[in-house]
Amino acid sequence: MQSQTMAAEKLSPAAPPTDAAIAIDDVTLRFVTPDGHMMTAIRDFTMTVARGEFACVVGPTGCGKSTTLNLVTGLLRPTTGNVRVMGNPVTDISRDIGFVFQADALFPWRSVIDNVAAGPLFRGTPKAQAYDKARDWIGRVGLSRFEKHYPHQLSGGMRKRVALAQTFINQPKILLMDEPFSALDMQTRTAMQDELLGLWSGLKSSVVFVTHDLEEAVALADKVYVLTAGPGTVKSVYRIDLPRPRVMADIRYDPKFIEIAKVIWNDLREEVQLGQSRGLQTGH
Amino acid sequence: MTAISPTDQAAARATSIVAAEAQAKARLRKRHALVIGLRLAILVVFLGLWELCADYNIIDPFFFSSPSGIWEQIWSWVTEGTSQGPLWLQIYVTLEETFLGFAIGAVGGIVAGIILGRNKLLADVFSIYIKIANSVPRVVLGSVFIIALGLGMASKVALAVVMVFFVVFANAFQGVREADRAMIANAQILGASPMQITTSVIIPSAMSWILASLHVSFGFALVGAVVGEFLGAKQGMGLLISTAQGAFNANGVFAAMIILAVMALVVEFLITRFENYVVKWRPAPFNEQGT
Ligand SMILES: Nc1ncnc2c1ncn2[C@@H]1O[C@H](COP(=O)(O)OP(=O)(O)O)[C@@H](O)[C@H]1O
Ligand SMILES: [Mg+2]
Repeated sequence: MQSQTMAAEKLSPAAPPTDAAIAIDDVTLRFVTPDGHMMTAIRDFTMTVARGEFACVVGPTGCGKSTTLNLVTGLLRPTTGNVRVMGNPVTDISRDIGFVFQADALFPWRSVIDNVAAGPLFRGTPKAQAYDKARDWIGRVGLSRFEKHYPHQLSGGMRKRVALAQTFINQPKILLMDEPFSALDMQTRTAMQDELLGLWSGLKSSVVFVTHDLEEAVALADKVYVLTAGPGTVKSVYRIDLPRPRVMADIRYDPKFIEIAKVIWNDLREEVQLGQSRGLQTGH
Repeated sequence: MTAISPTDQAAARATSIVAAEAQAKARLRKRHALVIGLRLAILVVFLGLWELCADYNIIDPFFFSSPSGIWEQIWSWVTEGTSQGPLWLQIYVTLEETFLGFAIGAVGGIVAGIILGRNKLLADVFSIYIKIANSVPRVVLGSVFIIALGLGMASKVALAVVMVFFVVFANAFQGVREADRAMIANAQILGASPMQITTSVIIPSAMSWILASLHVSFGFALVGAVVGEFLGAKQGMGLLISTAQGAFNANGVFAAMIILAVMALVVEFLITRFENYVVKWRPAPFNEQGT
């Protein structure tokens, strides 16, 4: 296949090695809907993220991307199959995990510094130390002048920076992100992607980044998972061999990038169309 | 034609901005004065008409009193005391009952609301009993309390408590239920224990609901205390009203009513101050911005 010569190498979904940071092995998850029916959210789902790897998950709306992340946090349990984090089965919410939400999940009654210090304080770090750490992280996301501001006094991009600092301050080994930048405008999003890659390269956590934006996925990831329309399962996996460090504003004009995005889009397109036609039928 | 250098332009712009700001401020002040003036005018016209109608016997001051009669009554209570003792003592007794009832009812309502709001099973089990208890006309309970607890303070406090409890409970419960799920999940993943989630996510996010109920329920506590005194007491504003009523003293009834209204307004003002202090993180509503 021609793809061998390109930066996007199609991988075969293999059984997860035991030392992976995240291993989702043949998982099916069904919800009981309020009217008592069973509804399959994801089926036969297998995914591995190696330590320090940046994985992106793309797929049409409602295909089970958020569900996948919640399996890793332990907020949802698989109906069949198993999920391992750092080699251990998921039982409780792990201290190794950080999560950046799509919606604004900051505490609106806390100032920026109180929001960022929340993690260490919850985990029992002494107050002075927690606030020192918080000040440091606020500085790293460039918001030192806004320590005392409340979230409603900040722009959307600044609130996202606070959310990143709030998550990174716990130095999570596993970083889960659920369409974190989808509500931002184009320029802010590009800036946030650079910010994220900068923070990530300092920490080398293993990342699962969910998005419905294929270009965002290709620009950020080492590995892209394409999911089928719901009930979601892995349709294909691509390794992205674009060199790092990457600059978000430039990478989308890189011919190699465009070529990769085209190949993966061919895969994704029919799923998106399927998802949309199904959405129209069910009225979602 | 002369060229204007950019610095001249900037300076001119700066002065024109200052002038515009001063103008806007003056407009705001003017409007504020207008609102206050109109409010005063309405009060004066209302009291004047009332007094005139009473003087010319268009309405019978024996039944409907008159501003001067009410004022004389209040003045005599202040200077000579009431038939039950000094006026301030009556106010003090009623306020004490109201505050005790308010505090107990509010704390009870908040605690019960949070516990039931956090626990689905308890909520499902108790919801039916709360509905039943809530549908009992609470003022009737006043008689029960007087029989059970006597003519002293306890019966009034008990009535104030039941008046307050259900309102605060309902709001606290709703506030807990509306707490944002993403925010709770965020706290959980950041490392919060269930107790920490309750104290640092659930309670703050239910706070605006709870504070809203405190506004209403202070009035209810006052009603509870006054009705309790009305039904049987040795002291208090409610007794003052019922004594005045027994003597067909319309001036006395109106005077006591006005004193109660002033008490309620003062406390309402204090609660608003407290609320603004507690929820200072909230964005100002649009109509208050820029004032
Ligand atoms: N708590 C739940 N109960 C029932 N169905 C759910 C629940 N959460 C998600 N679903 C369903 O599971 C499917 C996948 O949802 P989700 O993972 O949120 O999709 P995505 O994040 O890809 O848009 C959707 O059809 C959704 O309606
Ligand atoms: Mg989602």
